[in-house]
Formats: sequence, structure tokens, C-alpha cells
Amino acid sequence: MESESPHGATGATPTYRLTEDQAALRDAVKVLADERIAPRAAQIDRTAEFPWDVKELLASHDIFAIPYPERYGGLGGDLLTVCLAIEQISRVCATSGLIVAVQELASLPLLLVGSDEQKERWFPDLAAGRLLIAFALTEAEAGSDAAAARTRARRDAATGDWIIDGSKRFISQGSVADLITVFAVTNDAEGTPRHQRLSCFIVEKDMPGFAVERIEHKMGIRGSPTAELSFKGVRVPDANRIGDVGQGFELAMRTLDRSRPGIAAQAVGIAQGALEVAAAYARDRKQFGRPIAEFQMVGAMLADMDAQTEAARQLLYKACTEIEAGAPDAGRWSAMCKLVAGDTAMRVTTDAVQVLGGYGYIDEFPVERMMRDAKITQLYEGTQQIQRLVIARALTARR
Amino acid sequence: MRIVVLVKPVPDTASGGERLRPDDWRLDRAAVPAVVNANDEYALEAALKLTETHGGEVAMLTMAGPTAPETMRKALAMGAASGTLVTDDALGGSDVVSTTRVLAAALKGLEYDLVFAGADTSDGGGGVVPAGVATLVGLPYLSYAARIEPNLETKRVRVHRISPTGYDVLEAPMPALVVATQALGEPRYPSLKGIMAARSKTIETTGIPADTAPDAGTLGGAASTTAVLAAEAPPPRAATRVVRDPADEAARQVVEFLAERRII
Repeated sequence: MESESPHGATGATPTYRLTEDQAALRDAVKVLADERIAPRAAQIDRTAEFPWDVKELLASHDIFAIPYPERYGGLGGDLLTVCLAIEQISRVCATSGLIVAVQELASLPLLLVGSDEQKERWFPDLAAGRLLIAFALTEAEAGSDAAAARTRARRDAATGDWIIDGSKRFISQGSVADLITVFAVTNDAEGTPRHQRLSCFIVEKDMPGFAVERIEHKMGIRGSPTAELSFKGVRVPDANRIGDVGQGFELAMRTLDRSRPGIAAQAVGIAQGALEVAAAYARDRKQFGRPIAEFQMVGAMLADMDAQTEAARQLLYKACTEIEAGAPDAGRWSAMCKLVAGDTAMRVTTDAVQVLGGYGYIDEFPVERMMRDAKITQLYEGTQQIQRLVIARALTARR
Repeated sequence: MRIVVLVKPVPDTASGGERLRPDDWRLDRAAVPAVVNANDEYALEAALKLTETHGGEVAMLTMAGPTAPETMRKALAMGAASGTLVTDDALGGSDVVSTTRVLAAALKGLEYDLVFAGADTSDGGGGVVPAGVATLVGLPYLSYAARIEPNLETKRVRVHRISPTGYDVLEAPMPALVVATQALGEPRYPSLKGIMAARSKTIETTGIPADTAPDAGTLGGAASTTAVLAAEAPPPRAATRVVRDPADEAARQVVEFLAERRII
């Protein structure tokens, strides 16, 4: 819509586009991803080893710094800018994109309610990538029902420290992180509302009693170690408590409202990567004397893949701006973009394998890896079923 | 130490859309996005490394169209402190002589200990502008540098120049003009903080320096000593056979292909 006024008649922003800064940062990350990360992706998947070299690359180019405030060495970027970086990296390597997403996810409780002392203490190292941080909410028996966590933190009356006991499962990068954002039960007295049972703590990897029990063997995102963590009488000073006692569950939910777009960005990136491989293949591959892209059944698949990916991307970008603007239905936007992007990534990568035929099914081309990587985006940070639950509740609560 | 790097925006060959204008066979610069000439990036990288070691800063000098600041931002994001753009409609179609005279005149208004240039540009490809600039300004000319060692105390610079048999070691008083090569090391990727910082750096835009040309018609396309009479696309490549089989089988087919043609 054209308008003489810079803000149009409705007061809306004149353009519905990325800012110059956002586009410049996205393009810089894209070049880095294409030239430095893409060549490593197949090997990262094959060896299932955490790519420390990629982590260093991301650190030295300030990509971890995006979400942290400038006064702590960050770039003060908004949620959309973080997502643009995750998307571009995931386009070539979902494991590498996840490194950025997890760093942001596990920092969110600190970003949301951390004290100035806590931010001063940890943010400079997190922004510079000198420290990695993981997010430990899920337990073996508390997945979608996070409030059912059993890991406990009891107060040592003499010192004021907290003693944490329990275990956490499916913790992305739990074995390579220096800090773990842990949610533990601090109040399970009879009659305590479920959402007031948990509190949030930062556990440091060298604290006695903390251990990595095992690493899962996974279908995708194989370079990202998914760990089971145990806490046996881990003594944590009260200075490591994030937010108020009993505020943990609410904090976890607010965290997920802002972190699910990161996973949606990973999903959009994976879909885009698969689409690009499939389109290039369809242009080059000849059967019956012409490129298979000229066959309408293949062309139609590519068109649908492109349209669906773009739709997921636009929902993600819109969700980011709504969440950043403090929309009251942030949880709904967050769930919707993750739902749509995750399902899109699964569909588009599956179709990409189809376009490549037999070549799509072997590891000579990256689309089989992308298809395996895509699946996780339908599972973590809330299954697609949980996203639908969140959306449906938001919808019916307004009536 | 202050180093001025000559930087030229060139068409991005990766875009695949570069073409010549059919009326005058000049490069259609509007048809494709511009990037920093790759060899200039190597010169810039070498300059940045030297100022990181010895202190000082890097400035860039560009002669190009009015949209050049977009491209020059990339160099600022890599770490250059500032830029000067010489632009004027009359400079369109400049040959190497015009370009040399304008850059030499513009350099006279800048302070520097060293001037760096890339070996050549990916669009014009003349490769003589740096030598011309050094001649007009009266600077020692040290070409094809694989190593650059300035000495700020003696005010001299030593360069390892690539030669057919190894290296020639050249030394000259500063200021001097040095032509960088890819042997100096891969250019860095701009960091995100570098990109943000580049937004607040200054690119000064100027017209044709006053003492370049006393009379009009001695610069730009009007004065060009060369003209393109015709251009045609190269013939399409013969059919390419792509072997996608596993390595052993692929190698066998390649050997067979070459042997059939008596190439091996």
C-alpha cells in the first residue's frame, strides 16, 4: 500500500520488511553459514560430535552476542534478529543453528528476571561465547507436563544455600555447557498450586554432585549432544537463584514463549535448505531428455515447498514482532509459529527427498539429513500437540 | 600508521547476471549487485592486520558510481575506519588513464604512510591502475606482495614480491604503494559488531578533485583512449557428462573417458 505519510493513514509502519540492520546481519550470517558451516554439516552429522570449531566461529563473529544487552557486550538485537541468524545457520546445518538457539533459550530466564549482578556476572561470557549454557526443565516423567518435575531444591537453613537432587533428561547440549539453567521443586507442601512449585537456578558444571549420566543416540541434530544430567546434593548459592522462589514454572512458560520462535526459525531454515537443494537438483537432473523441473508434477512440488516455507517464515517473523511488542497473546503467536514451521519443515524435507528420488535417500546429498533433522522441530520445546493445546486455550479463553 | 586501500565495487559474478550494454558495450552496472573486488579484499585484510599489529587505521579510496557506499560498507564492516568516494557522472566509462589520474589526485588530499591496491579488478582487469597511481603521485611501487613489513622507526617498508623463482625482497621509503596478492591471507568475514559499527562510520563523497583536469573532456568516457567495438558471448560449452557414481566406479569411468580420447 502506498502512502504519502511515512506512517500511513493507520499509523502502521510504512514497510512490512526487515530493517537495514536486520537484513545486513542476516546476509552476513548467510555468507558465514554457506562458506564456513555448510562444508562441515555432513561430517558433524556422521560423527555425531559437537562442533567446537563452529561454536568458535559463531563466537568470533558475535552471533551469540545478538540477544544480550549492549552494556554486557551484546548486540541488543531483538527476537527477530536472533531468529534470522538461527534460520540462516540451520539452512545449512541444523545442529549448528541449535547452538545459537540453545544459548538464547537457556539465557532467557536471566534476560527476563535476572538481577543486575547476575547479568553482570554471566552475560559478558555468554555473549562472547566463552561460556555455553543449557536449559534443564524436562525430566523422564515430566515432559509436556513440566510442572510435574521431581528434581528438588531444599534450602539449607544454616547457609541459605540450596541443595538440588534429581535428574533431567533430553537436555540439549547439557554435556558441553558450562552453566545449566535448572528448574527444581522448592515447594511441594500439600495444597501448593502446581504452577507455584518450581524455582529456577543456575548450576555450574564444576559444582560437586553434578554429573552427565549419558548422551542419547538420536535420529537427527546428531552433532548436538542430548544429555541426561544428574544432581546429587548439588549445593547452589542463593545468588544463583533466578527470579523469586516459586516463580519457576511461570518463568519457564515465559521463556518458552520467547524461545519457540527460535525453533520455528530452525525449522524454516531446514525447510529452506532442503528446498534449495531440491530446486537445484531438479534444474540439473535430466530424465527423458529434459530437466525434471520441467515435468509439472515435480514443478508443482517445488512450488508448494516454496510457498509453504515462505508462509511459515512470514508467520515466524510476524510472531517475533508481536512477541517483542509485548502482545498479550504472545504465547499464541509463539505456539503458532512453531507449529506451522515444524510441520512445514517435515513436509518440505520429505518432499525434497522425493524430488531427488534415490539420490535423496543416500547421504551423498544433504536432504536425508535435513529430513531427519526436521523431525525434532515437531517434538522439542513442546510437541506439536502441546502447541495446539496452547493455541486452542488462548482461543477459547478469549470467549 | 595510516593505510589507504584502493577499493573498487565490481559486479558480483556469483549472481550470474552480468552483461554488457548493447549500445556502447559498457558493463551494465545496474544489472547485478556490486561487491568489493575480491583482490581489494585481500589488500584490505593485509592493511587491517598491519594496523592491528602496529596501531593506526585503514581508510579506503574509491572511484565509482553514486551507489558505491552500499558496497563500501562491507569494507567498513571488516574494519576500515572511513572511506572516500569520488563520484561524478562525467567519470562514467573512464579508461585506466582517467581512473589513474582521478585516484592520484584524490590521494593528494589524504594522509597515509602506505597505499594498498589489489592486483587487478574482476571487471576491467587492466591491472595497471596501481602502477599508474604510484607514478603520478611519485610513490615507490612495490608489486605482487606476499609479505609486507613496514618499519615505523626507519620509515621504510620491506616487501616480498612473488617472482617466477621465489621472492624478490624489495625495500622502499614510506610512503609507498604496495600491490597485495592472495598470498597475504584470506580476507576476514565481517563480525556482527563490525557491521553495526560500520553504520556510524563516515564515507565522504566528493566530486572530481580540482587539480585533476583543467579542462573538461580529458576525463571519463569522453576521453577514453580505448573503445569496445563489439562483444559476443562465448560459444556454449559442449555437453557436460556428470559422473555421480561412487568414487571407484566414477574413477574408472573418468579414466575410460580420457583414454578413449587419448588424453591419458
